[in-house]
Amino acid sequence: MVQLNLPANSKVEKGQYYKDKTGSKNIRKINIYRWDPSKNENPRLDTYEVDMDNCSSKVLDVLNKIKNEIDPSIAYRRSCAHGVCGSCAMNMNGKNGLACTKAHSELDGDIDIYPLPHLKVLKDLIGDLTTLYKQYESVEPWLKTSKVNDKENIQSKDDRAKLDGLYECIMCACCSTSCPSYWWNGEKYLGPAVLLQAYRWIIDSRDEDRKERLKKVADELKLYRCHTILNCTNACPKGLNPAKAIAEIKKMLATA
Amino acid sequence: MSAYKIIDHEYDVVVLGAGGSGLRAAVGLSEAGLKTACVSKVFPTRSHTSAAQGGISAALGNMGEDDWRWHMYDTVKGADWLGDQDSIEYLCKEAPAAVLELEKYGVPFSRTEEGKIYQRPFGGMTKNYGNETVQRTCAAADRTGHAILHTLYGQALKHNTEFFIEYFALDLIMKDGACKGIIAWNLNDGTIHRFRSHTTIIATGGYGKVYYSATSAHTCTGDGNAMALRAGLPLQDMEFVQFHPTGIYGHGTLISEGVRGEGGYLVNSKGERFMERYAPKAKDLASRDVVSRSIAVEINEGRGIGKEQDHVHLHIDHLDPKVIDERLPGISEASKLFANVDVTKEPIPVVPTVHYNMGGIPTNYKAEVLTLNGSEKTVPGLMAIGEAACVSVHGANRLGSNSLIDLVVFGRAAAKRAAELVKPGMKHDEIDKNETDRCLDRFDKLRNSEGSNPTSELRLSMQKTMQSKCAVFRTEKTLKEGVDEIRKPYDGMDSLSVKDKSLIFNTDLVETLEFDNLIRQAITTMDSAYHRKESRGAHAREDFPKRDDENYMQHTLSWCNGSKTKINYRPVHRSTLTNDVQYFPPQERVY
Repeated sequence: MVQLNLPANSKVEKGQYYKDKTGSKNIRKINIYRWDPSKNENPRLDTYEVDMDNCSSKVLDVLNKIKNEIDPSIAYRRSCAHGVCGSCAMNMNGKNGLACTKAHSELDGDIDIYPLPHLKVLKDLIGDLTTLYKQYESVEPWLKTSKVNDKENIQSKDDRAKLDGLYECIMCACCSTSCPSYWWNGEKYLGPAVLLQAYRWIIDSRDEDRKERLKKVADELKLYRCHTILNCTNACPKGLNPAKAIAEIKKMLATA
Repeated sequence: MSAYKIIDHEYDVVVLGAGGSGLRAAVGLSEAGLKTACVSKVFPTRSHTSAAQGGISAALGNMGEDDWRWHMYDTVKGADWLGDQDSIEYLCKEAPAAVLELEKYGVPFSRTEEGKIYQRPFGGMTKNYGNETVQRTCAAADRTGHAILHTLYGQALKHNTEFFIEYFALDLIMKDGACKGIIAWNLNDGTIHRFRSHTTIIATGGYGKVYYSATSAHTCTGDGNAMALRAGLPLQDMEFVQFHPTGIYGHGTLISEGVRGEGGYLVNSKGERFMERYAPKAKDLASRDVVSRSIAVEINEGRGIGKEQDHVHLHIDHLDPKVIDERLPGISEASKLFANVDVTKEPIPVVPTVHYNMGGIPTNYKAEVLTLNGSEKTVPGLMAIGEAACVSVHGANRLGSNSLIDLVVFGRAAAKRAAELVKPGMKHDEIDKNETDRCLDRFDKLRNSEGSNPTSELRLSMQKTMQSKCAVFRTEKTLKEGVDEIRKPYDGMDSLSVKDKSLIFNTDLVETLEFDNLIRQAITTMDSAYHRKESRGAHAREDFPKRDDENYMQHTLSWCNGSKTKINYRPVHRSTLTNDVQYFPPQERVY
């Protein structure tokens, strides 16, 4: 029989409540998923009252404010703070995005912050992306060319333009972790992020391995678990369209 | 001290850091057949190289005549003659091959009509020894760093480099003045790792986060620099901190110099294109220190924009939206996100913002770390590359797009040199247990801090002091105050508070270790600035407005033990590497 209930220790419990101490009139409640691997406890949702009069505009600013001023123990990844490094991907009010580019004013009501869905949680908001990185490696993300002269490859502007909308991917994993197919078959289905990267090399006019690359992804599980749900494109904080990249791969295979 | 589980590793070479320079070194080392570990506190593509926008310089001559000697002259002049000309020759001469190699690796460079690598004008980059603007900066739209970083990571995967990701390095292991490896903390499972290596290459980037407002990432904490200081080694030219002229006002996000390269210009509250007054020839494309100072003067003299008159405007709304779309798409995105500005219609509010550290770990052009022991001596087993290093090719002021080329040229040089010095499988020395104990004592002490000063408060105090006392313009008075004040957050560590005691992804402790690293660099920066009584490049002293070649054609070296520093100097190299080019003697620096 299929077990229909979640295991007891996965239930998110009510956590601590941190009341505002600044006396601010402009308070917002921020609910943050917490889980500490070193304690044998269920995950919990801690609530922080945050003084929004003295907080910059992005969700990452809210998190930094909480970490700096209320509770230094919260764990999350962050680095560049302007949407290029892809570290601070998380789920905010039910939608994946980068905390550093998501304005809190765009979120209604209390803000609920969870790790990216369906990843093994390492601690608090930090998810385990090892599988995704291994899958990235599997598409051999490097140029394959037999040219060994000491001049650059010539690439027309039009051919170079085919990489636009692909090479910008920051591998934040917002798309893959929003994809129900990837939730279900994440070990085998490559998922939108990695397929977009695969397509970036397939379509590069300088690459001489297109056929092999296509053959390698042409797999019932690796590629065709994409059921065009389009959550990926909806989730991408860089405005890229992984669903279209996947469709292009399918088209190339169908017309090859 | 509680007992820590230590896991031992042996590698021919350990690279610390996985940004542009670390990855390029790792690729070369793997190619040379050396067993290489690349240790990084973040996943490689999260490194701050990803934030570099405008491009990478190399005299390819794809958009008109160019010569690496002209590039060299521009770099020497940009550096205000504090750069070592042997190293600068090496950089500029090797640059074209290094860029072509990146293209072969797969970097998606923008293209010219003929399908060659597109090059754009950049600040201080000129034709024929300062005569007119040249297009030398190779670009992948305005996401060049991102494109290079991701491509280099792919190359490292291709060469099966062994990565240790989300490992936070704690200290160097030293023995009789030589480096024998590093100790790192694995954030994923809380274990301590001791890496023994014949050569350790520090590629940990800059330390922009000593300032309150910086374009730097949160992770730019100069961990490797601080490890060198704790190992009793000096840092060089720490007073030279580059303020990028165009960080987004109020947020600090970088707006690439490529914007001005493509025709953007600055205006003050009177609508004047004020750069014409400060740099009649180069105007908005003068070098960064000059433009930043000009903006600061405009603001100080009341011609700033806004309610507080504290910023200026950067215009690109006169450019063809198609050009913006093709060449500056990232800028449009950042301006919308962080300044709520549509760049095709409105100017971007900008202000000089801390961006780059010219200073760092002193090295020669082979990336070997130097110290001063009577005269210049190399430190066996230790190399440094990238922003962490001070080669010194950038001297007192780095030219835009010279940092990305620095990463790959010296990343490659380090791998080459290491392959000469280390043979695969050489036997490792025994290391002294004291080194491990000393490192873990500090770690344990910080972890178990039960005082009353949260790390975030000490960090804020340090950042505010650096921002107010060690800014674009400096005086004896502000620096003297700074020298005293910057020690307060250091002393505050006596009563530090670290709430999280766990070992897995304890980011409270990570930030504390980072602060411990930052504060040492803040102190050496402030003290080095105080002792340099002249104006040169990014170090502008209002009380000493002239460059003083007689007394200060010297690199500052600063050692730091606790909060005590020792300052000494070593002469700038006044010769070239080969006879392919002549030494450029100091001249007056006008743009």
